[in-house]
Amino acid sequence: MGRKLLLEHINVPGINTFDVYRSKGGYAAVEKALKTLTPDEVVEEVKKSGLRGRGGAGFPTGMKWSFLAKPEGVARYLVCNADESEPGTFKDRFLMTYLPHLLIEGMIVASFALGAKTSYIYVRGEMMPQIRILEKAIAEAKAKGFLGKNILGTGYDLELYVQPGGGAYICGEETALLESLEGKRGNPRIKPPFPAIAGLYGCPTVVNNVESIAAVVPIINEGGDEYAKLGIGRSTGTKLISAGGNLKNPGVYEIDLGLPAEEFLYSDEYCGGIANGKRLKAVVAGGSSVPILPANLFLKTINNEARLMSYESLAYGGFVSGTMMGSGGFIAYDEDQCIVRNTWNFARFYHHESCGQCSPCREGTGWMEKVLHRLEYGHGKMSDMDLLVDVSKKIEGNTICPLGDAAAWPVASAIRHFRDEFEWHVTDAATAVTRNYGIAHYADPLNTVVA
Amino acid sequence: MLSVQDTNMPVTFTPELISKFADIVSRYPEGKQKSALLPILHLVQAEFGWVSVPAMDKVAEYLSIQPIEVYEVASFYTMYFLKPQGKYMLEVCRTGPCEIVGAGKIMNYIEQKLGVKEGDVTEDGLFSWRGVECLAACGFGPVLQISPEYTFYEKLTPESVDTLISDLKAKAKN
Amino acid sequence: MKVTIDGFPIEVEAGTTILNAARLIGGDIVPPAMCYYSKLEGTGGKCRTCLVQVSKGSEKDPRPMPKLVASCRTTVMDGMEVKNITSPEVIEARKGVVEMLLINHPLDCPVCDQAGECHLQDLGYEHGAAKTRYEFDRRTFEKIDIGDKIQLHMTRCILCYRCVFVADQITDHRIHGILNRGDHSEISTYIQKAVDNDFSGNVIDVCPVGALTDKTFRFKNRVWFTKPVEAHRECENPKCCGKVTLWYKGEDVIRVTARKDEYGEAEEFICNTCRFDKKKTSDWIIEGPRKVSHKSVISSNHYDTLKPLPVVKTNPVLKEANKEQFERETRL
Repeated sequence: MGRKLLLEHINVPGINTFDVYRSKGGYAAVEKALKTLTPDEVVEEVKKSGLRGRGGAGFPTGMKWSFLAKPEGVARYLVCNADESEPGTFKDRFLMTYLPHLLIEGMIVASFALGAKTSYIYVRGEMMPQIRILEKAIAEAKAKGFLGKNILGTGYDLELYVQPGGGAYICGEETALLESLEGKRGNPRIKPPFPAIAGLYGCPTVVNNVESIAAVVPIINEGGDEYAKLGIGRSTGTKLISAGGNLKNPGVYEIDLGLPAEEFLYSDEYCGGIANGKRLKAVVAGGSSVPILPANLFLKTINNEARLMSYESLAYGGFVSGTMMGSGGFIAYDEDQCIVRNTWNFARFYHHESCGQCSPCREGTGWMEKVLHRLEYGHGKMSDMDLLVDVSKKIEGNTICPLGDAAAWPVASAIRHFRDEFEWHVTDAATAVTRNYGIAHYADPLNTVVA
Repeated sequence: MLSVQDTNMPVTFTPELISKFADIVSRYPEGKQKSALLPILHLVQAEFGWVSVPAMDKVAEYLSIQPIEVYEVASFYTMYFLKPQGKYMLEVCRTGPCEIVGAGKIMNYIEQKLGVKEGDVTEDGLFSWRGVECLAACGFGPVLQISPEYTFYEKLTPESVDTLISDLKAKAKN
Repeated sequence: MKVTIDGFPIEVEAGTTILNAARLIGGDIVPPAMCYYSKLEGTGGKCRTCLVQVSKGSEKDPRPMPKLVASCRTTVMDGMEVKNITSPEVIEARKGVVEMLLINHPLDCPVCDQAGECHLQDLGYEHGAAKTRYEFDRRTFEKIDIGDKIQLHMTRCILCYRCVFVADQITDHRIHGILNRGDHSEISTYIQKAVDNDFSGNVIDVCPVGALTDKTFRFKNRVWFTKPVEAHRECENPKCCGKVTLWYKGEDVIRVTARKDEYGEAEEFICNTCRFDKKKTSDWIIEGPRKVSHKSVISSNHYDTLKPLPVVKTNPVLKEANKEQFERETRL
């Protein structure tokens, strides 16, 4: 059983209130950081921890912090990205609902490290209940002297505000988020300049995911080196995985990075296997944007080694046979699920969420959706698969922000691994609208690679 | 393009609403009051049920920005209703993880139960419904949320939909 | 700073973009640009037609950039090496972008006033495929008048945002903008409002396609049958330069536009009075015929006298068929 750094007290009644949270050792990281460490020392601890951004890109958080420009007399901002909208991911909602003070504690420590006097938590607008929870928690923390002027008598001032979004997946992209926070349409900015140089209101800004900010708390409490001992290789620490789909026990799990994928999926401590005694057909391991894998390739890498829940192991094999950790949105598909339908569903999502600013994504996402729709509804052609792959290639890498890639990968990977199922939707179109393709060979053992 | 009847209903902001606006504007640096646009539009929608053109024009005036800047933003984000909706808007998640656990069936059930198509309003003016993209509760699907409060319902079944609709009807009567 | 584009080296100032460095070199290596407009701050980066490959980042950090970059928004570094038309990857990506721009475009060039001076048309000829792979209904919108002089034909729009920047930067306040999102985005005033102020007509000049057209010129003539002439006047508006191109049909001025450079950009913006209200030769001081690139369709039949093949001169049937051409020769 792995250590729980974030969710240790999740089951304590009233942990969402300041007093209970404090009684369980909450806000110790604030005291430690503000009273005994300099901002640079806090950054150093985070660097040592090896923490990688938990929002999807996996960029080292400490390094991101150290890039922050610090010109004299210019405000700096920390913005928490709580615009969780990646299909399959619901860890941030969970964390904000049950442990609002953990996020606030992390925000105080991180703001102190970065020298921010005003910080914002940008929460997606649909999470109005979580916004109310956070605002209540902020008021409590402020009443107890952990926010506002001269925090704990250390002379450090910090105001923390919650900003609601308006309903747009794209605002999870950090520059679109900043645009939205400035009261504009969520069009991602063209980079460079990066937010670390010119972010919110043109000032140096760091944007971090909810879970990354929360992870700062145990890192400061226990030290970066201790944190780095957990996990495997460059995947240090623990990670929240949102497990959904056809699982026996869906939910949010905190795992030590490096946990075998098979154990995560089948052990009763975690997902407990596939619901209703069905078999696993496919897995999306890190949120809808990452490549989908058939069951056999998910559980074992192409080298027949056990796949681990770590950044490196999930990515092993590249786009040919691997996937990505992404945001930790884990979706399991049982034998009754249709990959074509699911791919169409995801394509519709990206079509709906494209901001429309740059042409490949604006036009290409709609095109892919239409082609997939016709495949799913029995009007597809054999040439559609090549067309989809080609269109996805025309989008991938050619757009302002990663939404183009995120729209292209699920389509390209589904066709790569499930091409026979797509073709069946053309050759047996009449049957395909009445029943699903089934598990086929997707769970069969991998062929041993002979050199 | 909206018709004139939809757009010319006059709107007044109460002093309470204005003071909420002021509180929001105070969160941002001097001169960056446009940042308040999204939260203010939420408040306006909660007050009036949707965001009409006169309401948006008044918001623009309050924030000292051009009306088109408000229209641009309100039409970009999906949460702002640019035409009147039912008192309760049932928003059902239709994305992948909810879909594979039966979101489609729930939407069909709601359509049949309310007797209106997606985006339309029931005759009594109480309900609208629509499919929305991922609501970030993928482990507990199918899910729906109900504006204006954005209360959240998980693991929906036809029975639980029945209950919540009759609860809302009762609530509306009181 | 030294940058090399497709093998051509050039020294440029720090802060210059790859696209502008390429324009200094000139010729075929200049990436096409549909949304960037050098006179409007903040434009560019959106259409993705100007994507190039940076094969060497700089002298200090020679690593190539991992993705193609938008040359209009990427500044050069000392020692940078860029591949535009020498990179198959760039050509392929550009072909893809053009295809994307065209899948929802109506391709109604035969009835479009922009035909002949349309950047999308040029781009389509240079990089497009003869056949489309798109087999679905194209996106359409109703035509609307934004003001009495400008028509918005949104169906043709490629969402370059240039007209929005014009409204922000050239006019006193903006009335139109981008509504909705994704492929439902549209240029609109939301509620029917007239875009009306002294400089609003410039949205017509910056529009790379036929989405914003001059209603006073609408269906008057194909541009290649008109005679462009440079002219100026003392404009009462202090912000207007008064330097224009007059487009003649016979003796009549049928259109007035800003003067455009070789990249189709207005050299200086003009006011609506010059554009819409001064349509008599007597309003203007004529400078002389406008130089039009011989490659442009606009130059056809104008400044080069017709040199028909001998067979046309001798065969009466062919002579009759080309009568109009011969007459134009004598008119010029």
